[in-house]
This record gives sequence, C-alpha cells and structure tokens, in this order.
Amino acid sequence: MDRELTILEAFQQQGMSRRSFLKFCAVTASLLALPAGKAAEMARILAEMPRPTVIYLSFQECTGCMESLTRSFSPTIEHLIFNSISLAYNDTLQAAAGAAAEAAREVAMRKAWGKYILVVEGAIPRPLDGAYCTVGGKSALASLQHVAEGAAAIIAVGTCASFGGIQAARPNPTGAVPVQDLVRDRPVINVPGCPPIAAVMTGTIVSFLSFGLPELDQRSRPKVFYGNTIHDRCYRRSFYDKGLFAKTFDDEGARNGWCLYELGCKGPVTYNSCATIKWNQGTSFPIESGHGCLGCSEPNFWDRGDFYKPLSTGMWRGNIGVDLGVAAVAGAAIGGAAALVARHRQNKANATEASKPEGK
Amino acid sequence: MDLLTFARGPALQWALMIFVAGTVWRLLGILLLRRKPDYTEPRNTGTWRGALKLIVTRSWPKREFWARTGFDQTLGYIFHFGLAIIIFGFVPHILFIKSLTGLSWPGLPSGIVYVVGAITAATLVAVLVRRINNPVKRLLSNFDDYFSWLVTITPVFTGLLAVEHLGARYEVLLGIHILSVCVLLVWLPFSKLMHVFLLFISRGTTGALFARKGAST
Repeated sequence: MDRELTILEAFQQQGMSRRSFLKFCAVTASLLALPAGKAAEMARILAEMPRPTVIYLSFQECTGCMESLTRSFSPTIEHLIFNSISLAYNDTLQAAAGAAAEAAREVAMRKAWGKYILVVEGAIPRPLDGAYCTVGGKSALASLQHVAEGAAAIIAVGTCASFGGIQAARPNPTGAVPVQDLVRDRPVINVPGCPPIAAVMTGTIVSFLSFGLPELDQRSRPKVFYGNTIHDRCYRRSFYDKGLFAKTFDDEGARNGWCLYELGCKGPVTYNSCATIKWNQGTSFPIESGHGCLGCSEPNFWDRGDFYKPLSTGMWRGNIGVDLGVAAVAGAAIGGAAALVARHRQNKANATEASKPEGK
Repeated sequence: MDLLTFARGPALQWALMIFVAGTVWRLLGILLLRRKPDYTEPRNTGTWRGALKLIVTRSWPKREFWARTGFDQTLGYIFHFGLAIIIFGFVPHILFIKSLTGLSWPGLPSGIVYVVGAITAATLVAVLVRRINNPVKRLLSNFDDYFSWLVTITPVFTGLLAVEHLGARYEVLLGIHILSVCVLLVWLPFSKLMHVFLLFISRGTTGALFARKGAST
C-alpha cells in the first residue's frame, strides 16, 4: 500500500472505534490542559494526518527515560506506537538489530525527509569527533547531525539530552553536551526529567502532532508541562505557608506529611508536572512518597551538591567556617593597624601640643 | 553557572567574608583607639549602670519632643522591628543562620512574615519621603544615607517579590534577592549601617561618661 495510514485509520485497523479515538483525544487534550473545544480540533487534525515517522536515538543514557516511556498510561506507549506514530527506529524496542536496523532507519529517513520527528535520549560527547560514544561504528555526534538534518523537529527527552545531565556533570570526562548545543537549525523541544514523566513525553509528541511546536519556556520546555514549579502545585504547600516543616525523614513532621523544605526539597525552583500528573498512573510522586524534590528537570542539578540542604542555605566552596575565620583575622589585622596609625598620630599631635609655648 | 547558583555560591561566600572582615576591622579600629585621659575625680562609680541606663532612655522618645519626633521614631521602630521579624522569624532565613552557626529556633508562619515584610517596605518608603520632604534632614543627608536606605529596602522588596512570584520566575527573583543581601553585607561595615554594631557601644560609652560626670540622663 503506497498511501500512509492516517492516525484514525491506524486506530480502526487495531479494532478500535471512532469513539475510542475521540476518547483518546479528549484524554490527551485534558492532559495538555487544553480547553474542551481543542479536543475536537485535535481529533479532526489527527484523523486526517498520516502517522508521522519517529526516529528515536539513544546516546549517553541509562535507558531510564525509555523505561519511563514504556510505563506511559495516557496515552499508552502502545497507543502511541501502533496508532499515533510510526516508530521507525528505536534500538531498545525494535526487533531488528545491527546493519539491518541502521538500513531501515536510512530508508525511513529518506521516505519522510524533512517531516519526521527525531527523539533523542542521552547526552552527546563532543571531543575527538564524538569518539566517546559510538553506535554501529558511527559516533553519536555524527548520527545526531545526520538524522537531525532531515527532521521537522527534535524532542530531547530526559535531562541528559536536554541539559547534559549526569553525563555533563563535573568533571564531564567525555565532554558531553545536550542536543540544543549541537543542533541550531531545527526546533528542539526539551522534555527534561530524570526520567521525565511518561505522560509528559507522550503528551508532548501528541501535542506536536496536533498543533505543531508547543509554547516553550526559556529552557525550551513545553509550558503546559513545565509552566509551574512543583512547589506551586504541591499538596504540602499549605504546611510551608503555615511554617510546619519535617526536620528529619522519620520525625513527627514527616509522618504528618509536613513540608520537606528543611530537608532540601528543590520544589520551589523546579518546573515540572510531578505534583499534578504524578507517576505510575497518577499513583504518587517523590514528595508524596516522603522525599524532597531533587530538581531533576533543571540544568546542572547533579553539580549543585545540595540535595539535602535547604534552598536558602549557601553553596560554599571549601569550608565556610575557615574562610570566615581567615576574614576575621584579616579584618583584625587591618583594624589593629588602623588603630596603631591613629594612636601614632594622636601621640604626634600631643607632642606638638606639648611643645607649644604656653599661652600660644 | 545560573544566577541562583552564583548568588548562593561565590557571591554569598565573598560577601560574608567581606562583611566579617569589614566588621572586625571597623570595630577594632574604633575600640583600640586611645581614649583621652580624664583627670577629673569621678562623681559616680556606677559607669556600667549609667551605660545601660542611657541605652534604654535614649531608645525611648522624650515626652517634650514627642510631638515633633514621635512620628519619625514610630516609623523607625516599625521598620527596625519589621526587619528583625523578617530576618529572625522567616524559616528560610533561620535555616541560613543555622547552616552558618548551628543555632536555630522556631519560625513564624510565612503569611505573618509576608505581612510584616509589606509593612516594613511601606514604612521604609515613608521614611525616605520624610527625609526628602524635611529640609533639615535633606540638608544633613548624603550619599551614605540614601544608598544605605536602598540596600536595606532592596532585600525586603525582592524577598516579597520572590515569595509572591511577581515579575519573574522564582529562581531568578530568589537569585536577585540573595544578591541584594550580598550588596547589603558588603556595604554594611563601611557605612552608617554599621550602627547595627556601634549603636549600643556608642550609647553605652556616652552613658558611662555621663555617669562618671554625674550628669542627668
């Protein structure tokens, strides 16, 4: 068959009715916080749209993002792969391997040149022509540049692909960089998180298919998912406002579900949907499970070294006590010297005064 | 390095070091000065009592001058108490102090601190208006007064913006807030803001001198 199946046709081929297709659109629209009318618009667009080709490249990563994606519940990964997209290449999920898989990717790219979506997981090492990460004898750097050339848009999933993540953490031995540092001539949508929430990944893909490039924040993240801080939407926020904080992970405050700010929660400076969409079919999220937010969807979160330090404390280099001690000694030396100079001047003035003849 | 990391890291660390060095420098520079010898016979031996008495009496408005100075003094008390409540009552600030000194105490509900912050900021604005409108005060004021006012109100104002998420993203506002505190810390020892440390020392010294001379305070 020459003609590509539309998304609706793909749904129907899987034995699903138009009604379930509309339901899928309604659920996805609500996930994207779109107004009710937009669900119908989404259904109309997706019904007529041929299933877009998606190429999923994995570089320096732990496959955690893929693991998360396979646990997507709305829409499910099966929905996504079998109905909404044509997954042409993914070295974790595909049956093909080796040269055959690479060849299939090239064919898919040629067929959908300029129209396919490239999803990238993992950071990319730049030095030595990308020699620190190779797949099928080709460096990650070369693969990305090659595949990105024909992509309509690139979705960088996970903090590694979005901001470098742990791969780019100090001392960054492989010189890893995020996708946006290498691809400048194509729209790059960052979907950070370690890993990102599955529904955020699938929702971003479906949103892009329906309405094109979503509104992004200054870190190129879809605003619909990264528009609010976790703190803003946290169910423990009221305890923060009341000044009720857990002091340790097993004290009365922790058992009462009080705010975890004192235990280093980074919710106030972390933009993500954890507190609203949650994980594992909306079961829970880290704060609900009793641990503060690590800020994993923000750049450089590994290097901050303050997972368990409150946000209002300093991030000291070395020992702050020693530094302040040295400063105090330096201050005392300058102050003492200033006082000595002043005393010397006083002595001189007194001597001059004493040497003056009386009455003058 | 993003703004917040810079503010919480090197900026705050250097500001604290300058603050400590500057404060010790100024205090020792003053305390180690030679005092003028006083050959008169003391009329009173309770100089410490005199020092403490003057600290209290000079902190309270004299009834004779109340009509003229009462309003200004009230404003002064409001913003000074406000600043104390904000600095020592807001939990994130207590955590900062704890991380440096190990000392901590229970904090106030955030809502109360926000209200106090707003009152303090408004009072500081009123104080500036009074300074500008009063010809005598205006004549007596110099750059130190105006800049000290600015570095005092900026942390209050940026702190309020940060908690209310007004004007920019929270992490940017928090970074600016911490940087404004850094400016305050650097400026404090070398300006009139040094009265934080010198106020009671200078009043106590005057009180002790008055007590020695037998002057009424």
